[in-house]
Amino acid sequence: MKQDTDMNRRRFLGQAAAAAGLAVAPGVMLYEVQARPAGEAATSKQRWGMLIDTTKCEVGCNDCVTACKTENGWGASETKSSTEQQAQWIRKVKLTDKQTGHVQSLPLMCQHCETPPCVDVCPTGASMKRADGIVLVDKHICIGCRYCMMACPYKARSFIHESLSGQKAHAPRGLGTVESCTLCVHRVDKDGTPACVESCNAKGHKAMYFGDLNDPNSEISKRLKEFGGQQIRADLGLNTGVRYQGL
Amino acid sequence: MVYLQRHIRKLVTLVGLGILLSLSLTSQAADLKPVIPTAKGGQCVEKTDVMRKNHMEFILHQRNDTLRRGIRTSKHSLKECIECHNAPANDGKVARISEKDHFCSSCHTFAAVKIDCFECHADKPEAAQYRTSAKGGH
Ligand code: SF4
Ligand code: SF4
Repeated sequence: MKQDTDMNRRRFLGQAAAAAGLAVAPGVMLYEVQARPAGEAATSKQRWGMLIDTTKCEVGCNDCVTACKTENGWGASETKSSTEQQAQWIRKVKLTDKQTGHVQSLPLMCQHCETPPCVDVCPTGASMKRADGIVLVDKHICIGCRYCMMACPYKARSFIHESLSGQKAHAPRGLGTVESCTLCVHRVDKDGTPACVESCNAKGHKAMYFGDLNDPNSEISKRLKEFGGQQIRADLGLNTGVRYQGL
Repeated sequence: MVYLQRHIRKLVTLVGLGILLSLSLTSQAADLKPVIPTAKGGQCVEKTDVMRKNHMEFILHQRNDTLRRGIRTSKHSLKECIECHNAPANDGKVARISEKDHFCSSCHTFAAVKIDCFECHADKPEAAQYRTSAKGGH
């Protein structure tokens, strides 16, 4: 029943999107990408990514981090863990140029690498990349060895040190497993936007963009084409899905 | 003759005792049976006998489809199981997995099969409130 409702909703949205096609020039139409039906698997047609405009990201602003905590339930839930042990899916990093004193601020989370080292080292196959580029931990088979935490150059992963309760229904997480930013995969699968991006825009900062890197017409691709976007530690050649502008 | 009668009497007593014993055993067994809470809604996504035997296979299959491939149909989703089987009772509250009146625990305690699904997964519908304040989990 629920499934049918979902399907109908998606079909409706699909039609609405098609109807909202925009003629930008004679013979050239822009269409919104249609949502994938619930029963269809993610494919490599899409590659989800994020673009962060560091010139708009304020020092001291924590709105994206707060939104992620609220959405996915990490942070306050680990009451017995020390600060170092507590989960941290996304963190604000402050960069200071020692020469000039120029200060920059940016959010750092799993960069959803195209060739993720965390996946390379995982002995069980728990650390995995979905066809659409989203890197996840399959906690069903994670043994908590934490090899992936060592391998990640961005310190993006956390290990859960204590028994949890009150998890969000869409974000299962628990003792003895590793976790990191899921790119809000539960939202993305419903054609939504990650919580951090949504909050950054809603609060008027407009420093974060989410979209399909494979679609040349998506806002993120157009911005990347026009302004460029750097990878953090590009020298590692991981082809990250999260890009930064203004670094 | 007397000998035979005595033996018959003995036999009858024994049979009587046997019946009594088995009766008391059945009544005890009835007490031990799990009290399975009734679900919200009329019909499960599968027949009861199929579900009893195969629910673990269904959710094992679904978990791989959902997590690894992004297939989010609701038919065999654990989230949907919980939505119906741990729906708020008349008092508007729900049980914790650590309590025997949680749908999953009611049977799993009886069968002495320990599950760890709810180490990570929510044991109640998102909006529902727990009846007790004790910490959940095992
Ligand atoms: S940033 Fe770290 S956790 Fe994320 S895909 Fe890359 S190596 Fe894996
Ligand atoms: S902690 Fe889990 S996901 Fe990470 S490498 Fe070990 S088994 Fe794989």
